[in-house]
Amino acid sequence: MTTAMLVSILMTLIAASTPLLLASLGELVAEKAGVLNLGVEGMMLCGAVAGFAVAFSTGSTGFGLVAAAFAGVAAAMIFAVLALSLMANQVATGLALTIFGIGTSSLIGAGFVGRTVTRLQPVFPAALSEHPLLRVIFGHDILVYLSLALVAAVSFFLRRTRPGLILRAVGENDASAHAIGYPVIAIRYAAVAFGGALAGLGGAYFSLALTPMWADRLTAGRGWIALALVVFSAWKPGRLLLGAYLFGAVMTLELQAKAAGVSWLAPEVLAMAPYLATIAVLTMMSLGRRTGRLDAPACLGKPFSAT
Amino acid sequence: MLEWRRRREPSTLMLALSPLIAIGLTMLLGMIVFTAMGYDGFHAVGSIFLTPFLEPQRWADIGVKGAPLILIALGLAVGFRANVWNIGAEGQYVMGAIAGTGVALLTYDMTGWWILPAMVLAGILGGMAWAAIPAFLRVKLQVSEILTSLMLTYVAVQLLYFLVRGPWKDPGGFNFPQTRMFTADQTLPMVLEGSLVHLGIPVALLLAIIAWLLMEKTTAGYAIKVVGLAPAAARHGGFSAARTTWATMLISGALAGLAGLFEAAGPFGQLTPQFPVGYGFTAIIVAFLGRLNPLGIVFGGIVLAATYVGGEIAQSTVRLPQAATGMFQAMLLFMLLATDVLVRWRIVWKRRTA
Repeated sequence: MTTAMLVSILMTLIAASTPLLLASLGELVAEKAGVLNLGVEGMMLCGAVAGFAVAFSTGSTGFGLVAAAFAGVAAAMIFAVLALSLMANQVATGLALTIFGIGTSSLIGAGFVGRTVTRLQPVFPAALSEHPLLRVIFGHDILVYLSLALVAAVSFFLRRTRPGLILRAVGENDASAHAIGYPVIAIRYAAVAFGGALAGLGGAYFSLALTPMWADRLTAGRGWIALALVVFSAWKPGRLLLGAYLFGAVMTLELQAKAAGVSWLAPEVLAMAPYLATIAVLTMMSLGRRTGRLDAPACLGKPFSAT
Repeated sequence: MLEWRRRREPSTLMLALSPLIAIGLTMLLGMIVFTAMGYDGFHAVGSIFLTPFLEPQRWADIGVKGAPLILIALGLAVGFRANVWNIGAEGQYVMGAIAGTGVALLTYDMTGWWILPAMVLAGILGGMAWAAIPAFLRVKLQVSEILTSLMLTYVAVQLLYFLVRGPWKDPGGFNFPQTRMFTADQTLPMVLEGSLVHLGIPVALLLAIIAWLLMEKTTAGYAIKVVGLAPAAARHGGFSAARTTWATMLISGALAGLAGLFEAAGPFGQLTPQFPVGYGFTAIIVAFLGRLNPLGIVFGGIVLAATYVGGEIAQSTVRLPQAATGMFQAMLLFMLLATDVLVRWRIVWKRRTA
């Protein structure tokens, strides 16, 4: 294998991993606060379509990203009102959000099918970003660096800061956190909003960076894989990074095999790979552990009311 | 000021009333949202929700679309009651159709009354087998059935694509990715001659009544509810959570598989890549709209089927894209979840005290 090929494969891998990393990192924070939001796929699609629509009409990819983050937050707020304020079942509400995101994105996107926008550009000047070798490090767009920086930031926030500690307390024991005087619901709202913003950006990565052309349901279930990654990570940002890049590798393999035209393997079988890999990984996680419920926050998915 | 008070007991009145309130609110919200998006919101909602019921020639279509929704939702509701979240019904639906089609292709040059029952059996087993995977992983390894059942949906759909583009492609089909058309012995008989009403519709209604009897009048149904509501009490009462997971997953897989086979051997008459239309996901809304009660699910299935039929009407009357139907259905589920709060809580007016 030539160096050029290796560089190109690494570039694909990093690009494929980034939306997964963004979306799952957001979900990790929400789950750390005790909220199970299964609507990741829906929030990603809302972000994807909002990002595309704004980038298409303003001509600015930057505005598109901002819009995507806002759309993700807006979608997350629907979830928050229902699941946190009205104490609806979180599983059902998350599912509803995903169904909503699929419908809304394809309704808004109906006028954009097949349209293209300018792809999200690399951050660094061409001398670095197009260098045959150095582009592995310098050839990426803003979201790649942002996602990596956020892994470090979230890890630091959760482990080393007081607000991070409070957020974890809310997820581990909401009743105690409330008794001490922390605003459980408000903190959960904030965590869900953060999750929505990152899911929105993750979705926009599909419509603005990976394939800057609108297509229906372009996230193709990656939101669900992001949810599985949080389980895989045992709710640790560092392991989440590993998991996201592992899945990026699986998808890159799929793309490479497709491009190389591996004839004995049907393309449909290759397309199954990420989903089968997810099941395999979830199973291995369970096999590898013998005690407790993985390391899930104790109050994950349970509604909380102060009265 | 207004204050929420927790009810001592869930309100049975609100339990029955809140789906209707939710439907009303969804219609209102739909008008606002569709108008804001530049469509004729008033007529859009009218087309989606009212026209299908007002025009008798649409009723058969409501039945055709309602039958799979009711069948799948019946199974899902049993699981949801026990806190078993099978959200991969779409995959089990597709696998049921694939298994049934397998039998159809094997018996292509045969005739006999036994062929359709064999396909039905294969469809049921196909759905059950696909549901057995998440059941096994949940019971033996505590892997969340939510994620595994959903992942398997994507796998099933890819398998369908593979089969219709490859080994099962109709040799006389001009290279279109689809199987042969089923023969007369492989197709569901019509209940009303010259209409769309196939055997699957009365079967769905009959199964709803059977499911209601099972859930309300037998110990097994009681056990499922107890496991969902109070797992600890269920353990003390000798009801096994593992057995409940197995039973509910297999039942929902079987019903989804049956629905898939009915759809393949009924309206489709073959397998094509367009086969998965999302009934497995919409059935989740049906289950909630029906309050997880089998008879309520018949009502929920009819309402959601009407939105499909009405969505098609709205495409021609107010040029609303088909995707609007999905958004509308999701809004209905949001409203249902929101109005659910009225079952457990009541609003009281309290004077502010110093």
